[in-house]
Amino acid sequence: MKKNFYILRNGKLIRKGNTIYFIYEKSEEKVFSAEIDGEEMEVETEDISDKQEYEKRVLPIEQISSLFIYGRVSLTSGVISFLSKNNIPVHFFGYYGNYESTLMPKEMLLSGEMHIKQAMHYISQDKRVFIAKRFVEGSAQNILRNLEYYQREGKDLQEEISYITNASFSIENCKDVSQLLALEGAIRSKYYSSFNKILKSFEFDERTRQPPENPLNAMISFGNSLLYATVIKQIYHTQLDQTISFLHEPSERRFSLALDISEIFKPLLVDRIIFKLVNKDIIGEDHFVKELNSCLLNNKGKEIFLREYDEKLQTTIKHRDLGRNVSYERLIYLECLKLCKHFLGIKDYKPFVIWW
Amino acid sequence: MLLSQALFTGTQVNYYIVCPTKLWLFTHQLSMEASSEYVEIGKFIHEKSYSRERKDVIIDEKIGIDFIRDGDKLIICEIKKSKRIEKAHRYQLYYYLYYLRKIKGIENVEGRILYPTQREIEVIEFNEEISREIEKIMEEIRKIISLDEPPKPSRKSYCKKCAYFEFCWV
Repeated sequence: MKKNFYILRNGKLIRKGNTIYFIYEKSEEKVFSAEIDGEEMEVETEDISDKQEYEKRVLPIEQISSLFIYGRVSLTSGVISFLSKNNIPVHFFGYYGNYESTLMPKEMLLSGEMHIKQAMHYISQDKRVFIAKRFVEGSAQNILRNLEYYQREGKDLQEEISYITNASFSIENCKDVSQLLALEGAIRSKYYSSFNKILKSFEFDERTRQPPENPLNAMISFGNSLLYATVIKQIYHTQLDQTISFLHEPSERRFSLALDISEIFKPLLVDRIIFKLVNKDIIGEDHFVKELNSCLLNNKGKEIFLREYDEKLQTTIKHRDLGRNVSYERLIYLECLKLCKHFLGIKDYKPFVIWW
Repeated sequence: MLLSQALFTGTQVNYYIVCPTKLWLFTHQLSMEASSEYVEIGKFIHEKSYSRERKDVIIDEKIGIDFIRDGDKLIICEIKKSKRIEKAHRYQLYYYLYYLRKIKGIENVEGRILYPTQREIEVIEFNEEISREIEKIMEEIRKIISLDEPPKPSRKSYCKKCAYFEFCWV
């Protein structure tokens, strides 16, 4: 099984023959700071790889499925070409943990037929709304699964559950995408307001982004960006077009289909991590850096979150239709396949809903 | 239409024997091979075995033969991982032999399927009966791939290891 690799430190990736090393300064834990984001780090021209004050770590290329880079890391063209030969995408994140970019290997699965059919489902208002509804439905159902869990655990969430259940009944009555987006927004904000009842510590207040203003918002943003990158990678393994989306507007982001699909998986992959980290006291106030008007996970906090996220992705569950164990990450890929089948007219798309 | 454009690849003949759904999807550029562990193992075996041979000989931009040995007669070799879908392997080779004989006019040619992990070799011979069979198969392939939708899959014992398994059954 190949794994995702996460780099939090600053440093550089170099290639020697068919091995890739990550080199970073031993002495102090230098992390990516806002200043570095403004002006680029100085360029090292000499070979520092064997110097004492630097640590060198081998990246086991055969075991990597993708790289997530949170530090400031420089790469040479040799590294890029080797990663590309081994089909490893590299995701870059900014200082705020926001998704910045992905370096994709050249191997692209293209199918003119799929492209046209996907676009036809966007152009036809009815067809587009059908798919958009499924995304909202999947998202609402999975949110309800989370709330029902905490209801059983003894939290009083009846009001939120009835509200979201009713809202999900009215999905079918929505006439267009803007109504659906409004409904989805209402469901999410009701859901977020329940966080204060579910969580032992941290106040939710309200959703703030770019930058997040408190620890909860910091974790939500961090997790959502991470999920976004994961979905992009899974879409990349299919013939789907990343830019044609249904619930969100295709112009919203470069890879807006990933925004659509992310909605379905946020409750399973992001929200549950936050509940666990907070309620089990794994994450606390000292894992955040507070600045004038922002609050971000510090390096230790990121590490905790990433470890938990990665474990989640690799968790497996017995799939009822396939009769085999699939990882949570693979569930995202399966979701893409279901969309392919919908576009080809083989089987109507039904969103993933947590069934366990 | 040029003859070479009217013809198929060896993979298509192989997939026809294995499963018409797989043939349709593959032909319509909906390949799933990129995310399959088994395919990756197959590729690895292909790369690491018979490393002294000049690999992947492409003929007419259509037929890709793993490697060819030239002696008293021409021997075309195909490397495979396991004998699980032997019949499909055999017809892939029959098709190459058909192509070389009937279209390129090379008479003195024989096929071999190599199973390096099992240390086995199967010799494939050609005759007129097989030639007629291949022609019939080509007609069938033409029919299947011109369908608007992929044929409904049917469950087979080897579905589980197929790169298209999840696509068919999810």
